[in-house]
Amino acid sequence: MMSAVPISYYLVLSAILFGLGVVAFVFKRNIITIFMSIELMLNAVNLAFVAFARAHGQLDGLVFVFFVIVVAAAEAAVGLAIVIMLAQNRQSLNVERINLLKL
Amino acid sequence: MGFISQHPVLVAAVVKIAVLLFIVMTALAYLTWLERKVIAHIQSRWGPYNVGAHGLLQPLADGLKFLFKEDVTPPTADRFIYTLAPFLALSLGLTTIALIPFGPPSVLFPNGQQIFSVVDLNIGLLFLFAITSMGVYGVALAGWSSNSKYALLGGLRSSAQMISYEVSLTISVVGVVLLAGTLNFNELIGGIPHGSTGQTGYWLHFIPKWNVIPQFVGFLCYLTAAIAETNRVPFDLPEAETELVAGFHTEYSAFKFAMFFMAEYANMITVSCLATILFLGGWLSPFPASWTWQNYLPGAGLLLLAVYCAWNTVSEMRGIARLQLGVVTLLAGGGGLICLYPPIAAGIQGPFWFTAKILAILFFYIWMRATLPRFRYDQLMSFGWKLLLPVSLANLVITAFVIVWPLLRKG
Amino acid sequence: MNVAIIMFFACALLAVAGAVLLILAREPIHSALALVLVMMALAVLYLLLGAPFIAAVQIIVYAGAIMVLFVFVIMLLNAGVEERTDFSKIAKFGGVPLGFLLLLEIAHWLYHSPVGTAIANGAGSSNEAADTAQLSEMLFRQYLFPFEATSILILIAILGALVLARKEQ
Repeated sequence: MMSAVPISYYLVLSAILFGLGVVAFVFKRNIITIFMSIELMLNAVNLAFVAFARAHGQLDGLVFVFFVIVVAAAEAAVGLAIVIMLAQNRQSLNVERINLLKL
Repeated sequence: MGFISQHPVLVAAVVKIAVLLFIVMTALAYLTWLERKVIAHIQSRWGPYNVGAHGLLQPLADGLKFLFKEDVTPPTADRFIYTLAPFLALSLGLTTIALIPFGPPSVLFPNGQQIFSVVDLNIGLLFLFAITSMGVYGVALAGWSSNSKYALLGGLRSSAQMISYEVSLTISVVGVVLLAGTLNFNELIGGIPHGSTGQTGYWLHFIPKWNVIPQFVGFLCYLTAAIAETNRVPFDLPEAETELVAGFHTEYSAFKFAMFFMAEYANMITVSCLATILFLGGWLSPFPASWTWQNYLPGAGLLLLAVYCAWNTVSEMRGIARLQLGVVTLLAGGGGLICLYPPIAAGIQGPFWFTAKILAILFFYIWMRATLPRFRYDQLMSFGWKLLLPVSLANLVITAFVIVWPLLRKG
Repeated sequence: MNVAIIMFFACALLAVAGAVLLILAREPIHSALALVLVMMALAVLYLLLGAPFIAAVQIIVYAGAIMVLFVFVIMLLNAGVEERTDFSKIAKFGGVPLGFLLLLEIAHWLYHSPVGTAIANGAGSSNEAADTAQLSEMLFRQYLFPFEATSILILIAILGALVLARKEQ
């Protein structure tokens, strides 16, 4: 009943999601949404890792996904703290308004 | 017939889901009745009394009222998310119950499927946490989409509170997982064929080997964190009615409000089920198997209830209430007689003990609500991070050390 | 068409739709929800790839903790509708087609790469419990040092977040 989705399908989906993540990163102006597009790219990479782990029949890929998730969690904690500081100091979340090193 | 024999898993699952959904929805409704009654009696009141005998039809009346009230959506609300939030909350709350085994896996349908659990996943515990961790979205999105300051504050508080306490909740459970060496619910209770014995067996021949004894600290941490996760008193900051009107569901009315209400009770049932499975031996009986009279306890209990109802019907009730309580008497008595029939008496042992333990924990929940005042927000946060998390972490470390110590000494 | 293929295409469609929504939505909260949708779809794909543990971790950590943190910050800062800014003409007419060309190229090479022709067997064929046990075995033996390093990374992240969020004295 369950079988036969070629690995390449997963890889293409991963590429599409990564591409959309890049597009979002470039197009979005809100710093929080930009952050989210980074998470989208990390997710796309995770999908590729899991697919490769499956193709090779080894679990190393899954361990990598685990590490990526941990790093994403750490990144979100620090990144969002920075975003809160920025919002308090500049009263704006638009990245184009945040163009001075110092106020 | 061909379809049924070809897809035993699917057919059994659909039947089980339908029955379970019916039971859970009824339980949700009567849990509200139980809560109002218990709190009322603790506070020397009668509670619901007029709609049906002892207010037994009150949940039905409440449900009908919620259905027929006007459903108001604030004009400035984000319509899509405003509608999505209650559905999300309720469906996530109900989904988790599908993972719970209500009885031993050895009781089977004729087609070889387990009767008492809808799905028996190898990583059931992780999946339950996965689903409950999504529950915060219902509350947070409701708070945001209402576009009202009270609702927003409630949503903010709930997301901070639920993230904070979820850490302690998960860590307090890991000690049990370490002892059992599995994430499967049935194996957590009944043991693994060639591994741990789960929670079966007895110390000194009569104290059941439930995890609540070696993991007592974990049990306390779990209960505390679980009360916070379900946003109940004394951790009901997200809806604190004296500060935030009604918190995250201030703007909700009619059936959408009812859905949040039902989701809260569904979550209560879920965390009680989990506490029962992890710490209180799930569907295991507290008595040794050699005490065969315990098979007749469910029937005897129902018959006692029937006798009490009959006495109450004759001595207290008048008019239509007498008829209603008479029906309850007949139901309890008939059910009790059926439960005394030996094969059925043996079969319902698991669900009986499971339900009894859940009811005990739910009673504890309600008792807490009637007894304790609400925490202040900063107290809530410092309690979660500065007391609960270190204690559950210490519990985890000590448990791990105790498990590894014999291995280390052997070298 | 079997069940796995249908599941794959349904989840793939959901994931791509979520990613597109993330770009098109103007409210940050809508973007966040779209990303949660992507993550849920990916979790189902992990199940299909026979990695239930990773699927559960994906939902617990990504959708249940990281994205809740995002939603929390969006609500806290009351981030309103995003301002649109003008793009340069080169970006509009040169960049977008070139981006799609790059995407097509990556997809083409992935599709024809040797590993791509391998067929994934569905979740039914692998033993789930063994999968979790093997994964932990690997994590705590072969990858013990990176594991400890990530724990230090998280500690640093906690300290960093504390220092950043601390009120000025």
